[in-house]
Amino acid sequence: MGDSIVTFLETWSPLDVVLIAQNFDRFLWGALTTLELTIMSLIIGGILSIPLAIIRAGNNKILNAPVWAFTYLFRGTPLLVQTYLIYYGLGQFEWIRETFLWGPILSQAWYCALIAFSLNTAAYTAELLRGSIVNTSQGEVEAAKACGFSRAMRLRRIVLPSAFRRALPAYSNEVIFMLHGSVVASTITIQDLLGVGRWLNGRYYLAYEGFITAAVLYFIIVLLVARGFRLWEKHWLAHLYPRDAVKVKPKKGLASFRV
Amino acid sequence: MKFRKLMTSLTAAVLVLGMAGVSAQAADLRVGVEGAYPPFSWKESDGTLKGFDIEIAEAVCAELKRKCVLIEQDWDGMIPALMARKFDTIIASMSITEERKKRVDFSDKYYNTPAKFVTRKGSGLKITKQGLKGKRIGLQRGTTHQCFMEKMFPGVELVLYGTQDEVFQDLAIGRIDAQFSDSIAADDGFLKTDAGKDFEFTGGDQHDEACHGPGAGMAVRKADTQLRDELNKAIKALRAKGVYQKINAKYFEFDIFGG
Repeated sequence: MGDSIVTFLETWSPLDVVLIAQNFDRFLWGALTTLELTIMSLIIGGILSIPLAIIRAGNNKILNAPVWAFTYLFRGTPLLVQTYLIYYGLGQFEWIRETFLWGPILSQAWYCALIAFSLNTAAYTAELLRGSIVNTSQGEVEAAKACGFSRAMRLRRIVLPSAFRRALPAYSNEVIFMLHGSVVASTITIQDLLGVGRWLNGRYYLAYEGFITAAVLYFIIVLLVARGFRLWEKHWLAHLYPRDAVKVKPKKGLASFRV
Repeated sequence: MKFRKLMTSLTAAVLVLGMAGVSAQAADLRVGVEGAYPPFSWKESDGTLKGFDIEIAEAVCAELKRKCVLIEQDWDGMIPALMARKFDTIIASMSITEERKKRVDFSDKYYNTPAKFVTRKGSGLKITKQGLKGKRIGLQRGTTHQCFMEKMFPGVELVLYGTQDEVFQDLAIGRIDAQFSDSIAADDGFLKTDAGKDFEFTGGDQHDEACHGPGAGMAVRKADTQLRDELNKAIKALRAKGVYQKINAKYFEFDIFGG
């Protein structure tokens, strides 16, 4: 029975599904690597982006200039170029290879990708958050001032929580871009999801099989991410949506007292 | 309205570009080459392609009295691009193997050189299953060497690169312990250069008939038997007329045609 299914598929399927099935565990490992890299860089980049966004939204020119330069640089160049610069570029300098950073971090492709991705997403997220902070309703800020909140307290209790929530829909795009951008890892020898697709193509010379399997898995991940953000938005942005008219059913027994 | 205008002009642009592609005469021989595999093919700083493969391709075209159109293609997309009719034959040091023969047809071999490992001088690396355990071996994705390593040394960590140049680069700065490739490519592309002066061949010739096959051939689409026969005739003619030997002498100290 099992054999006849295999023969059937081998004869009639336009894709070599048997080969895909045989190597599916590699694809799952690849997906795991992709998720690891994406999630780690989103966490690191996200943490970095908060102080950067606050600086960008503020008026301090001395602090603002370098942060502006950083976000401009990282948003102005392709992620692939940034990754190459860190992986191939830094490795070219002997003095860098002699520092303590080389062995455990910069000689490893995975860390090079992580550094590039984290800085890249930090730049984008910082600008996104800056916009959100600047657009905080002045009424809320004034109210906080009237209540005697200090600057730091206003930021912590009023501006940031509200800015984070309003940035959520735009941030979901950044997460998906980062996931798609993570394919760059496969160009510096990392066996991420696309890396496995390229491996299959390299080993068996079947382009569709490797890339379609990778594409389907990327698609599933994006679907889950988008769905997760929808639920998140529903929860955290509920106060911004137009409220439905609440229908109150009169309780039995009490109804008779009302006219 | 504006959108429709844009679409019309875009369609027109696509049509014009498409026709430019078609207008190349049927008599032109479109050859897929790599351009990142010295001394067989490389790109000069002004963008011209040079190397043994390139000269052989031009000699074959001259022999067939057809105009050569060299089309550069990344290595791991070479066979898919041939199938997609981006060019009619691949002359890019592609070894004739059973795995590839499932997808494409080959001419007779036009050269045959052995594969070897390269390590840092005095590394003491033993080319055995035990000796390579836990070592990182770099090689180009989608080559016969990938097949060889996965078959003969399963469990050894393979680091896969898009081009051979990147393998040499990472070997030189110590990201990988050894590299495995064609011996001539390693000798001319790396060992004889300044970057490769501290490196040497280790462990002698490596050969596996199923993986490495009888040598490098020119690939054509399966249905293209006429072109294959013409290429075979051309290779024989180049050998008989001494054109091959002349090109050979420019690059190598011995006849790489093999026995």
